[in-house]
Amino acid sequence: MSELQTVSFYQTGTFTVGNRLLKQEERSVQANMQRTNSLNSGHRACQGCGEALGARYAIDAAMNASNRQLIAANATGCLEVFSTPYPETSWQIPWIHSLFGNAAAVATGLAAAMKVKGKSDVRVVAQGGDGGTTDIGFGCLSGMFERNDDVLYICYDNEAYMNTGVQRSSATPGAARTATTMPVGERPGNSFGQGKFLPAIAMAHEIPYVATATVADLRDLEAKVVRAMSFRGARYIHILVPCPLGWGSASNDTIRLARLAKETGLFPVFEAEYGEIKSALAIRRPLPVEDYLRPQKRFAHLFGKNLAVDTIARIQAKADKNIRKYGLLAKEAV
Amino acid sequence: MLKQCEGSHAVAEAVAMCRPEVICAYPISPQTHIVEGIGEMVKSGELKNCEFINVESEFAAMSVAIGASAGGARSYTATASQGLLFMVEAVYNASGLGLPIVMTVANRAIGAPINIWNDHSDSLSQRDCGWIQLFAETNQEALDLHIQAFKLAEELSLPVMVCMDGFILTHAYERVDMPTQEQVDAYLPPYEPRQVLDPAEPVSIGAMVGPEAFMEVRYLAHAKQMQALERIPQLAEEFKVCFGRDSGGLTHTYMTDDAETIIIAMGSVLGTIKDTVDVMREAGHKIGVLGITSYRPFPLAAVREALKNCKRFVVLEKSLAVGIGGIVATDVRMAVTGMGLKGYTVVAGLGGRAITMKSLTAMLEKAGRDELDLVTFLDLDWKVVNKQLAREKEVRRSGPAAEAMLRDIGAVAARNY
Repeated sequence: MSELQTVSFYQTGTFTVGNRLLKQEERSVQANMQRTNSLNSGHRACQGCGEALGARYAIDAAMNASNRQLIAANATGCLEVFSTPYPETSWQIPWIHSLFGNAAAVATGLAAAMKVKGKSDVRVVAQGGDGGTTDIGFGCLSGMFERNDDVLYICYDNEAYMNTGVQRSSATPGAARTATTMPVGERPGNSFGQGKFLPAIAMAHEIPYVATATVADLRDLEAKVVRAMSFRGARYIHILVPCPLGWGSASNDTIRLARLAKETGLFPVFEAEYGEIKSALAIRRPLPVEDYLRPQKRFAHLFGKNLAVDTIARIQAKADKNIRKYGLLAKEAV
Repeated sequence: MLKQCEGSHAVAEAVAMCRPEVICAYPISPQTHIVEGIGEMVKSGELKNCEFINVESEFAAMSVAIGASAGGARSYTATASQGLLFMVEAVYNASGLGLPIVMTVANRAIGAPINIWNDHSDSLSQRDCGWIQLFAETNQEALDLHIQAFKLAEELSLPVMVCMDGFILTHAYERVDMPTQEQVDAYLPPYEPRQVLDPAEPVSIGAMVGPEAFMEVRYLAHAKQMQALERIPQLAEEFKVCFGRDSGGLTHTYMTDDAETIIIAMGSVLGTIKDTVDVMREAGHKIGVLGITSYRPFPLAAVREALKNCKRFVVLEKSLAVGIGGIVATDVRMAVTGMGLKGYTVVAGLGGRAITMKSLTAMLEKAGRDELDLVTFLDLDWKVVNKQLAREKEVRRSGPAAEAMLRDIGAVAARNY
């Protein structure tokens, strides 16, 4: 997508942009000269990586909220690989990578160690991609949730196994092309009627805090991390992070696609406390899912010689359902 | 203090005296009584300053222990059999990261067929995982080895498995000499981690290591085990000074000086073997016993030294390297390379099959005449095996093998060999 992007600038109070208009204490952590650069520059993420952006904002916000007393456990995956090609590490915080499927459990152990050592001021985050969270790490994550261990788990969801070469995960949307759901045959791309929406499963554990966010609304993402850090016990933030490599999108479209995911209703942005939804980020002007799908090569087969009308309608229905279910329509919207 | 108690209870008390800070508990027979015991002590307040975490799987148990250990806490868990296999990825990770976790393995067979009884297949399957493996002969030794294990693990920054025979030791009520807290405190200093996740001094742990350094990092793991080879006997000596009894070390010998035949084994079966040898000695058979306490690192020099005057050795092991024979026997053969000894492998006691003095005597007599097969399956019911082999030859769809063999045997109580 090469044409000029139009960006609307909203007013204060929307958590969108306009940091300068906010009161000092409401300003973005990233805008602060004293930000910690927890995930420092020099790492090896792809250009336009949504995960790197999300992690930078999330961890700096968590550092700020914890008075810089933070330890991170990381699942295997892109974030782990691109941040620590030793002898180089981008992490300026104490950080451990153990395995693909155990980040939540390692974090549980860390939180227990901090408690028993009388260092309860030291907070623990665990982080992983959607594969490490919704698939292979799901058992450990659910265990951490139900025990209400004092851990903030952050999932950076780019909707497939990108580190291993774009294979389907249980977070891959219907119709999407991945290396294991190729756009061939009668039903090209990923199957419909499969997959899971982990934030809803997290809520079912009735943990203190669950939120979703995207890298389009970074101020909202920061605010949610800060909110999450104000709770003790298990907390979960699920961040949609577009992946230029896996999605087949332009690297300068990462934020735009994240915004479209939200503005179409395909990715509901909300927060919940103790299993109940407390608020949702409103969609000002709902956009057709086509706007979101077209710029991504993983959906290119829907827009070939014959427009895949039925499939697009199916995806639109999913967006419409989200809008109804989570009450995403802004009051002033038409 | 002398007391009569269950092996699991003895271990639970000993572990508690080691002042663990994080315990991960997941039930699996025959280990469960150990974590139950510790859990009760934490709940009652008897064991203070300890987080007891009921995890959702063994994989999580080891992963929580990894996190806790990296956070600077003394960490412990216990498992067996399928549980050990379920956590294997994390087991390798703990040793690869150099985290001094102590874990009890209540040795039990591995399925299929599912079997809850004792053999050594579980921990021996983890032969190369980088953990130190110590095998207890008695409940007293199991208790003592745990205290030594924390010290050894933390000195070397390597995890240690203390292996004790499931049911035979874990569920046996025996007399043990329970140390005092003061004795344990005098022997085991507080945990001072070599690496720790601390916001005051941030480090990255678990980075990717490429071909430029992987060999060296792996060699370091080997070098640490070689250090353990030196340290284990010293720790046993120090233990004797503090507690006044022999426990641990690399190997135990029994009547080996003038022995023509030496039988080598690990774990509780050594008791039965020594009783057998006592009787056979009276009948004039010059037999000695070598017990291996430290399976990893494997004490090549100590084994060689113990076997230097004998004519033959028999390795009796509760494990099977399918497709070759013995697991322990292979290591022993490496130790005696070039000594010109006759060596026999005896696979025995798989899945809890009783190892009796009668069978041992017959086997050892045969070995003494050098008539033993190179690999022997002690008390194997050939009739049942041959019937099944014949069935599979005759019928394509012969069905599930284990179930057919059980049907052939019929309903039986514990058999008396």
